[in-house]
Amino acid sequence: MLLVAAAKTLFIWTVVVVLFAPVVSWLVRRQSAAHPAETATPSAALLHPGASFLAFVREDAFPPGSRRWLRAAAPFLVVLPALVASAVIPFGGRYSLGGSSWSLVAADIDWGVLYVLAIGALAGYGTLLAGWASDDDRSLLAGVRSAAQRGSYSVVLGLSLVGVFAVYGSLKLSDIGLAQDASLPVFGFLEDPGPLEWLRLPCWGILLQPLGFVMFLVSSLAANERPPFDRPSHESEPLSGPPRGVSGVHFGLFYASEFIQVVVIAALCTAIFLGGWSIPYLSQATIVGGLSPLFGQGAATVLCMLLHMASFFGKVVGMVWLQIRLHGAVPRLGYKRAMDLCWKCLLPLAVLNAFGTAAVLLLCGPLPGSP
Amino acid sequence: MLSEYVGVLLMLGIAVSLALGVLAIQLLLGRRRPASPEPDASLDSEPPGASERPSESIGFHLLALLLVVFNAAAVFFYPWAASFGETGAAGFMAIAVFALPLAVAWLYAWRKGALEW
Repeated sequence: MLLVAAAKTLFIWTVVVVLFAPVVSWLVRRQSAAHPAETATPSAALLHPGASFLAFVREDAFPPGSRRWLRAAAPFLVVLPALVASAVIPFGGRYSLGGSSWSLVAADIDWGVLYVLAIGALAGYGTLLAGWASDDDRSLLAGVRSAAQRGSYSVVLGLSLVGVFAVYGSLKLSDIGLAQDASLPVFGFLEDPGPLEWLRLPCWGILLQPLGFVMFLVSSLAANERPPFDRPSHESEPLSGPPRGVSGVHFGLFYASEFIQVVVIAALCTAIFLGGWSIPYLSQATIVGGLSPLFGQGAATVLCMLLHMASFFGKVVGMVWLQIRLHGAVPRLGYKRAMDLCWKCLLPLAVLNAFGTAAVLLLCGPLPGSP
Repeated sequence: MLSEYVGVLLMLGIAVSLALGVLAIQLLLGRRRPASPEPDASLDSEPPGASERPSESIGFHLLALLLVVFNAAAVFFYPWAASFGETGAAGFMAIAVFALPLAVAWLYAWRKGALEW
């Protein structure tokens, strides 16, 4: 059992850190290059993270008077949440093979979504400590502003998911994924839908909670200081946090955590709102049932597992692409506007969304198959 | 159920060893050099690296208060939502009674200027 958990953990880590993060860093560079001729070829650009790492290791320039161990601890608190949060994200469903049940998630915790929110909130400490550790007024102010933005958007991040919990009745990510494998008759509330019975929607989060999806995406970008909310931490800003007074490998870890977070945000959006691993209108039973006569039950289940994994990672790639498009497309928000957006717009909207969802559920009944 | 956390521990172990390994490589192979974060420090009238704190309050303590209040409120919303199937209309009324003073507190904070940055 330990071996199975270790295998799943290593798989997730390999996919996120070794596979996705360098590709994301290449895509970001390609996206923001002013002229197409400036982009390196893909093979050379994929070596860039390794080359960057060597450059970061070469030298550590520290402000005199800075607190050495805080400066060393700060990047830990930014990198660890990103990696540890990815442990609960399911990249496939539950399959019965050889008499036992296999679930494609490294840690299937009952309160998975809450775990991700709680762990993710720790990243705010990292930027705060980075600002505090370099003995500089502007770094401190930048660090505190960055932590303020992260903390504020963490509140909205949680509240935007309340509607999702109400609809799917669970905080467990694999349960939410399983619930999205089904499809819902749009006119099911009618007594005799007649010919409209065929009109079904997959029970995806983005269709059942569109406002929740938008708020979740915006809040995740802001809570992780991704564009367009990266004013507190972008290098070209005069009042930027970690890039001031943090250099060498410490800065490298901050930089790496940004790309890991892109993948983790994409994976979370996919798992909660884009149906996770499921293929629309083809539930797991349909796929296994359809393939069993050709390949046998066991092989059909394995094929279904592979199809589901391909579907999940395909959607994650789509969400990563979306975030990278936002990198250059939307102008950066100022600190005041970002905080106003959070406290005066998203917070009341999230609470209203929760109550609206509850009212609709009371009127139309719960989702078929939810607890 | 506790066996599920093995995955979390393993991932934590991998993440910590990755970060520690990277730091160790820098300690062994890199060199340390004092450098001020100010690129044009010669133009400043104050000495660099001064550990003075800003003289006026910037008001982050208000934000901290707001964060505590609204985070604690959010935590009450989660179990209500997860058990919505069982609690139904009675639960809806209960959470509405809980959220009403919260809405008043939010409006009060807005009108008093606590939400101005």
